[in-house]
Amino acid sequence: MNAGGPAARLHIDWTRCDGRGLCTELLPEALGRDEWGYPVAAPGRVRSGRDATDVPLTGAELAAAMDAENLCPLLALRIIRP
Amino acid sequence: MDDAMWAFARVSGLLDMVLLTGSVLLGILARSGRPLLAIPRVSVTLLHRNISLLAVVFLVFHVVPLLFDSYAQLNLVDVVVPFLGSYKAFWQGLGTVSLDLMAAVVATALLRRRLGTRTFKAVHWLSYAMWPLAMAHSMGNGTDGTSAPVVAAAIVLGVAVLAAVAWRVSAGFLETAAARRAGNARNGWTRP
Amino acid sequence: MSAATEIAAMQGGTAAGPAGPRLFAAGAAAGMAAHLAAYGEVPRHGRDWSLAEELEASGLTGRGGAGFGAWRKFAAVDHARRPNRYVPRTGGPVLIANGAEGEPLSFKDASLLHNAPHLVIDGLVAAAAELSAGSVFIYAGAANLAPVAAALAERADARHIALVEAPDTFVAGQASAVVNFLETGRALPRDLAARLAGSGFKGRPTLVHNVETWAHTALVARYGAGWFRTAGTPEDPGTRLVSVTGNVPSEVVLEVPGGAPLDSVLASAGVGSDAVSAVLVGGYHGRWVRPDGVVLSAAAAAGSTPAGGAVRPGAGVLHVLGHGRCGLAATAAMVDYLAGQSARQCGPCMFGLPALADVMGRLAAGTGGPGLVREVERLLALVAGRGACHHPDGTVQLVHSALETFADDVRRHLAGQCQEAAPAGGAVR
Repeated sequence: MNAGGPAARLHIDWTRCDGRGLCTELLPEALGRDEWGYPVAAPGRVRSGRDATDVPLTGAELAAAMDAENLCPLLALRIIRP
Repeated sequence: MDDAMWAFARVSGLLDMVLLTGSVLLGILARSGRPLLAIPRVSVTLLHRNISLLAVVFLVFHVVPLLFDSYAQLNLVDVVVPFLGSYKAFWQGLGTVSLDLMAAVVATALLRRRLGTRTFKAVHWLSYAMWPLAMAHSMGNGTDGTSAPVVAAAIVLGVAVLAAVAWRVSAGFLETAAARRAGNARNGWTRP
Repeated sequence: MSAATEIAAMQGGTAAGPAGPRLFAAGAAAGMAAHLAAYGEVPRHGRDWSLAEELEASGLTGRGGAGFGAWRKFAAVDHARRPNRYVPRTGGPVLIANGAEGEPLSFKDASLLHNAPHLVIDGLVAAAAELSAGSVFIYAGAANLAPVAAALAERADARHIALVEAPDTFVAGQASAVVNFLETGRALPRDLAARLAGSGFKGRPTLVHNVETWAHTALVARYGAGWFRTAGTPEDPGTRLVSVTGNVPSEVVLEVPGGAPLDSVLASAGVGSDAVSAVLVGGYHGRWVRPDGVVLSAAAAAGSTPAGGAVRPGAGVLHVLGHGRCGLAATAAMVDYLAGQSARQCGPCMFGLPALADVMGRLAAGTGGPGLVREVERLLALVAGRGACHHPDGTVQLVHSALETFADDVRRHLAGQCQEAAPAGGAVR
């Protein structure tokens, strides 16, 4: 994460998310899983309250994030570009 | 020429039954949120998707030759409207219904983002009707429906799907079932 | 209202508006005649006058809990309603007065709707005229809609306002839940609530304010920003309603100026400072503080409990915990309630809050091991920021403040001894 802010953010729609775990496989450095299976932003990524839901991504993660957005079975992900 | 078409259709049909079964099994596995041994969830989902699309291709291979087959005398209307066929109308009709369901399931899956998960899910449930219909069609309609290897294969596929469905409705189906049950054990909240 | 004297003392003298209590100046259950007698007619403004500018100058903040500048949402809707080349027009903006008040410790919105419904209606009418609103709704519990219906029947300029009965749940008052309820009949929060101003009810620009915010808007429209600022502090101008509950002689709604010292507000409610152990400011989504030297201010920094500083009044709840009552037991009971009030849409809230309630219950009962606090903190970090609405964050704030404010009690509880008798069944009121 450079000083100019994240390359993009992965927005998690919690009302849809069911914790199936595909996104956490595709973005292992950005996302872990909590004990109920839901994605949780890696500790280093969360600097403000917003980061837990709009997870900051590096430029290198963008392609994987697009796969995650595409493959999420619940359509719960959306990439937010700055 | 006719014989070649007929044989091609038969083989495609049998293979399609295998692909369809694979698609249903992988779909159920994907829904559980579990990886398959060393195969990650993403790959299970992609496998489910690709095998399903392959099943569509083989369905085309199964149906198109029969349009040119003088014995089956299939026409374009028969492909989509059930129970009008000249040869074993009932059993063929089951195949037609199955084809229609498959078209609906695949189309809504491809248009998932546009339709939203609610419609997608509702239509996707039809897979559970499509599979037995396709199976009944292949056993009742098929030339090989009574040959021992085909019957044996059908039993294997049938047992696999039944076992998967039984697993699907069991309490521990979801990967996260245990953790979520523990977290949800309490009920009856009161306002302090 | 007991805080009237304080407000009067801060008046500039030349103000045109009421010098005493502002929102209840027309008296109890004010009808149109009493309302006009107290506040006068809404003046006709010139073409260069703008409610948006007046609101911005007034510094009025939302009185529903979040405390954002009221003018920001107003301006966002004003911007969104203007013709845009890229977005097709979808009908006029939607204005909603939110009086759902799902917070169990709050009754100031109910009090306002019963006593000064015309003020809320005035605010909506003024904004509807300026924003060319297409639809206007007042959303509140059934018992509080009756006086509003009676008030609407008294006037001809508000026939376009529709009344909507809010369900009695905690999250029914979240702005996106309000819009969802109007559209679908389900009062569940939605994803991306912050964008209501651009695309809310049926995709139209939507302005949701707490009913008290609308009442203040009516006063700003009448008397202007300068008058509004004659009460309160430069950082937190105007007045606000607070519901005082808990160990108090009687539960009351008070109107207090911005930046009011907590102990003087409690004194107005007849609560002596020596009787108070701690005060829950802002309700179940608020925070516990020791009242000494604390002032109520919307301008207070978000974050941890201040030591002798300013605290955000949130939804305007002051819940008094008397000496001899266990703050941890009270908090545990609240978290239990909040867990049950999850809309059960978002996983981390649906599973995290019951887990948090469970651990807080063990902490309060003194039956946990030494690792209990670490477990509470782990769950707080896990739940924070992971929901479509403010419900998990509000709960996190409550528990955080309890751990800080009742740090001594936490130590005693971990050692298996609660000095203060927990009330039977964990009841807090």
